[in-house]
Amino acid sequence: MPDYNLRIIIPEIFLFCWAIVVILSDLGSKRKSPQTIGYLTMAGIAVTGVLLYFFRGGISFNNMFQSDTLAVFFKVIFLGSAFMAVGSSFGITNERIKNHRGEYYGLILFSTVGMMFLSSSSELISLYIGLELTTIPLFVLAAFYKDDKLSVEAGLKYFVVGAFSSAILLYGLSLLYGLTATTDILTMKINLALLFLKFGKIGPGFILAMVMIIAGIGFKLALVPFHMWAPDVYQGAPTPITAFLSVGSKAAGLVALLRIFVNGLWSFASDVMQPLDWGIIIAVLASAAMILGNIAALRQTNIKRMLAFSSIAQIGYVMVGVVAADEMGVTSAGFYMFIYLFANMGAFAVATVFGDQTGSDNIISYAGLSQSSPLFAAGMAVFMLSLAGIPPMGGFAAKYMVFAAGIQAGYTWLVILGLLTAVVSLYYYANIIKTMYFAPGESTIRINPSFPAKLVLLLGVVGVIIFGIFPGPVLEFARETAGVFGF
Amino acid sequence: MEMVANFISDVSANPLFYLLAFVTIASALCVVTLKNIFHSALCLILTLFSVAGLYILLHAEFLAVAQVLIYVGAVSILLIFAIMLTSQLASRKIVQSNEQVTVAIFVCFLFLLVSIGSLFNTYWNGINAPLPDNNILTIGILLMTDYVLPFEVVSIVMLAALIGAIVLAREERS
Repeated sequence: MPDYNLRIIIPEIFLFCWAIVVILSDLGSKRKSPQTIGYLTMAGIAVTGVLLYFFRGGISFNNMFQSDTLAVFFKVIFLGSAFMAVGSSFGITNERIKNHRGEYYGLILFSTVGMMFLSSSSELISLYIGLELTTIPLFVLAAFYKDDKLSVEAGLKYFVVGAFSSAILLYGLSLLYGLTATTDILTMKINLALLFLKFGKIGPGFILAMVMIIAGIGFKLALVPFHMWAPDVYQGAPTPITAFLSVGSKAAGLVALLRIFVNGLWSFASDVMQPLDWGIIIAVLASAAMILGNIAALRQTNIKRMLAFSSIAQIGYVMVGVVAADEMGVTSAGFYMFIYLFANMGAFAVATVFGDQTGSDNIISYAGLSQSSPLFAAGMAVFMLSLAGIPPMGGFAAKYMVFAAGIQAGYTWLVILGLLTAVVSLYYYANIIKTMYFAPGESTIRINPSFPAKLVLLLGVVGVIIFGIFPGPVLEFARETAGVFGF
Repeated sequence: MEMVANFISDVSANPLFYLLAFVTIASALCVVTLKNIFHSALCLILTLFSVAGLYILLHAEFLAVAQVLIYVGAVSILLIFAIMLTSQLASRKIVQSNEQVTVAIFVCFLFLLVSIGSLFNTYWNGINAPLPDNNILTIGILLMTDYVLPFEVVSIVMLAALIGAIVLAREERS
């Protein structure tokens, strides 16, 4: 009889119920109280975080739900990105989507529940279902500006690419099931080892399955060459949703990749499939992401498109940690994602508020911002410096950790490439700062963020600076997640 | 490797297999080549139906029933409704391919070769497992015991999709 320990899925159950509460209370108040619904959602996410602290640890549902440190660490990232996305949404829910506020917040919460389930599953079926629950609400959220052609295009594009990549992933997963007759990742590894001992080889079906899984997850992560959808979707979607996509859903893809590959099938594959080394495949994808993301970002004039390409490059840096695939690698990838959460959500929050109040997403419109709204401009500068990896911001510590892990694992060429592209990235991040501070600006509008947006910006700035100067506690937490893989 | 060969000879011993395989491939080709989208939709139903037949030959009765209920029943009706409700779509001539068609055929063919090659050169553990006496009963019990969590999460996925569809389809009053 399997163990149904409901205690450890209380945070997920609560967040799901809260999504229903949010939708119903929006309907109940006849959609008249925009602020209340937003605060209600933020409170729900915060309470889920508290519940997560009290109800963690343990395995339930026949190994389908694991509340280990890896899951808890990533759930903190998911909840953080949902909290910050909701906090920066108050402007658009007041104006552009006032007919569907409850559904907007509700779908964000549904997607977060999906990410939380995904990060807890070490079994292919629940992993896949979690991934679907993550992405299906995001298709709708990307198309939420129904009167805007770009947004509808974004939704449709994301839907088609998302469905296609899910199909590829599912095909890969079903091949793995055919090979091993189990869906549990650890049992799968044992069965593969038995097959290998029995026959001396496994065969190309395994390679085919692995390639399809990497491609499927690569689409979700917007890894080059599976990134072509990202710029259009990021530009067209409502800006808080773009932020949520670029942090939350990428962290979800990352945790799926870690669960399936690190010390699971990957280490096994590298032992068996000589001379084919899986690290090399991911390393090539990572270097393509760093090169293409950074170079394409140089030419962008729209802030959302620039941040889209920048996030493609950033995920390339995370992949350097994944390539290392040892204690340091997993630690650094998790830590990088944690810092990226604050810096990227913060940068998108700035873009959201700026877009709401000036109606422009062009980088050139930021000229003179340092005179009209000095604090706001300073916040953006902090986020840009962190994304570029300048000390003492968190981005520096994160890049340092990732590169150290890469060198330790013997991928010196990848780290050198990473350093070179980081220098390139400095150009376009610094360009924003230059525009805000030194360009002759006609911008006279004083940007005045709403209270929740201020909270999000403050959270971002404090997170980036505090964890940049004192990375210790988070690093320790991230190191514990590596323990899940037996390091 | 003998496992795969044995398995294939088991399935192909049944003459029905050839009929179903032929109908599946022919109707699938029609789906992607016909000029009228309504005819394509009808051919798609035939494809899905014959795939359900193949599932029965493979002793996957539950999958076959689900295929008929969901794809042949619900999805195809939806498809036809969508075509009928879109003005003039049913009568218009459409071209289903663009200048990439040769590349696409080449890539698909390559993928087919790779799939077949790996099918015959791999040890598939899944084939060895004996079938339970009552397939559908076992699936039902598993869904309610071992796999109850993903089974329940699917209902949240449905709810999210439902809410999303309503939001997108609803006409805005301003």
